[in-house]
Amino acid sequence: MSKELIRLSDCVVKYDDDIILDHLNLYINDKEFLTLLGPSGCGKTTTLRIIGGFQKPTSGDVFFDGLRINDVPPHKRKVNTVFQKYALFTHMNIFENVAFGLRIAKVPEPEIRTRVEEALALVNLAGYGKRSVNSLSGGQQQRVAIARAIVNRPQVLLLDEPLGALDLKLRKDMQIELKRIQQQVGITFIYVTHDQEEALTMSDTVVVMDKGNIQQIGTPEDIYNEPKNAFVADFIGESNIIDGIMYEDKIVGMYGKKFPCLDSGFSPNEPVDVVIRPEDIDIVPVEQGQLTGTVTEVTFKGMHYDIIVDFRGFKWLIQTTDFSPVGSRIGVKIDPDGFHVMKKSRYSGMFGDYSSYSEEYDELNEDTPEGSDEE
Amino acid sequence: MKSKGIAIPYVVWMAVFVVAPLVVVVVYAFTNRDWSVTLDHFTTLGQYAGVFGRSFLLAFVATIVCILIGYPLAYFLARERGRLRGMAMLLIMLPMWMNFLLRTYSWVFLLERNGFFNNLLSAIGLPKLDIINTSGAVVLGMVYNFLPFMVLPIFSVIEKIDPRVIEAAQDLGADSATVFRRITFPLSLPGVLSGITMVFIPSVSTFVISRLLGGGKTLLLGDLIEMQFLGSAYNPHLGSAISLVMMVIVLICMGVMNRFGEGEGEAVLL
Repeated sequence: MSKELIRLSDCVVKYDDDIILDHLNLYINDKEFLTLLGPSGCGKTTTLRIIGGFQKPTSGDVFFDGLRINDVPPHKRKVNTVFQKYALFTHMNIFENVAFGLRIAKVPEPEIRTRVEEALALVNLAGYGKRSVNSLSGGQQQRVAIARAIVNRPQVLLLDEPLGALDLKLRKDMQIELKRIQQQVGITFIYVTHDQEEALTMSDTVVVMDKGNIQQIGTPEDIYNEPKNAFVADFIGESNIIDGIMYEDKIVGMYGKKFPCLDSGFSPNEPVDVVIRPEDIDIVPVEQGQLTGTVTEVTFKGMHYDIIVDFRGFKWLIQTTDFSPVGSRIGVKIDPDGFHVMKKSRYSGMFGDYSSYSEEYDELNEDTPEGSDEE
Repeated sequence: MKSKGIAIPYVVWMAVFVVAPLVVVVVYAFTNRDWSVTLDHFTTLGQYAGVFGRSFLLAFVATIVCILIGYPLAYFLARERGRLRGMAMLLIMLPMWMNFLLRTYSWVFLLERNGFFNNLLSAIGLPKLDIINTSGAVVLGMVYNFLPFMVLPIFSVIEKIDPRVIEAAQDLGADSATVFRRITFPLSLPGVLSGITMVFIPSVSTFVISRLLGGGKTLLLGDLIEMQFLGSAYNPHLGSAISLVMMVIVLICMGVMNRFGEGEGEAVLL
């Protein structure tokens, strides 16, 4: 598609003996919306700070447009950052906040005025110039921070969990807004988030990270439909991950039974992880089921029911619009394209069992963004 | 309701120990020895113009020196982490735990004609200096005694500046000089204003420092007022008038200063 703009080559970051980034290799194309996605402490913010120049890699190189920029300080880089908690200058009004970068670049006053007005209009804050920072809501402050960065016409905009402090509804509006802004100004966005839905909604490319390593790079569809390992499958959406055996191409086995699938390229009888998304499972009468299990929990979700089904001690999550009462025996049927087979990895066996289903939901609710979670 | 109840002792305290004495001062200032109302004390204040001038000048100089020393120190400490910072803080605070009079006396010992410094100077073959009993010595005493009151408020304000705000400025193209000029300094102004207040006011009204280090040659307002209450010139009415005028001038100074800092948060008005 377009040309490569940024390359991180074999980057390592260590604090004492803690490895924050573990030999990271990543390239970023011009004009793409790339998201670094992962849980707290996965190294995504560190990666962003390396690109912004706030952090030097312990070893490895950073290239921008073919030039090595390891030693270029932040104020000389052609990137601008939107910070997590806005980091606005509270002693200046909105106009001066946005004009800050232009004044330093000694842009003539009339041009400053038009560019600032344009930038404020872009984020739907036209006419707010004279207001003070503290008179704005969180969402408005975040938009000022975006205008302040974009007004400088950077080649790359870095966004560090910019929507983390906003409430859900505002966050959804801003996701669409950000995508629109990115397409309108036509520059590269590098976006850091721990919210998988946010990543899928906005990105051209998603980079899933964990423990300082890249787990998978791909389009949102790739990441969701073809997760590379149990970590990615679990982190992106809901997944049932079951131990299986790849008997031969297009035949996968689990619970001692054979199922037709679409995957191939494994060695005969190779142990694998099998991912089945909760929405790809059809509930059928017991006698027609490929597998049968007992319903142990039902939760009404509005659009559908989340039901937990016990298949010989291993609990699956199934999303269905048909109600099945707790305790009933049901059969399930999975189409060949509902299976996704992955090679075994260090994450095998860690995810994908819904025995502790309700606890997991509690965790999700507690997973509200905190301040600087990675320093 | 409950919270109001808690405030009662404070209100009583304020009434008894702040408002009432102020009223007494005002009454004294506008009356004669025989309690007849008069403005004489104010009309004759002109003869003390020199003392007023000297007091405000020395306090002003001391405040400026405190800013010049205190700001870089506070800035450095706020950026510093770990043990060095703890040590430095301790060294700044340590003198404050010692008696004020004692601290000032020790300067007398250091500075006097046959004191520590002069002995040191003659030991290495240099002529002795007249340091004590000069305005310089008084300013030195003020700076030494009140410097922590400049450092601490500035320190706490700079320390609270979000590092991301600094990074944001760098990100937008500001080099470190620009970051300081456009971001750090403006954001630290409330601390500077508090520091000025906390150094200037005690400096203007001090009498111990000028008595001990100025040797009576540099008469300051504090000395003048003290003389009216405890000294030979016993005249509490005149003393009250001087105190009142001094207070009004200080209030005006602080008012003007807070104007400057408007929107930056207000300095503490002590």
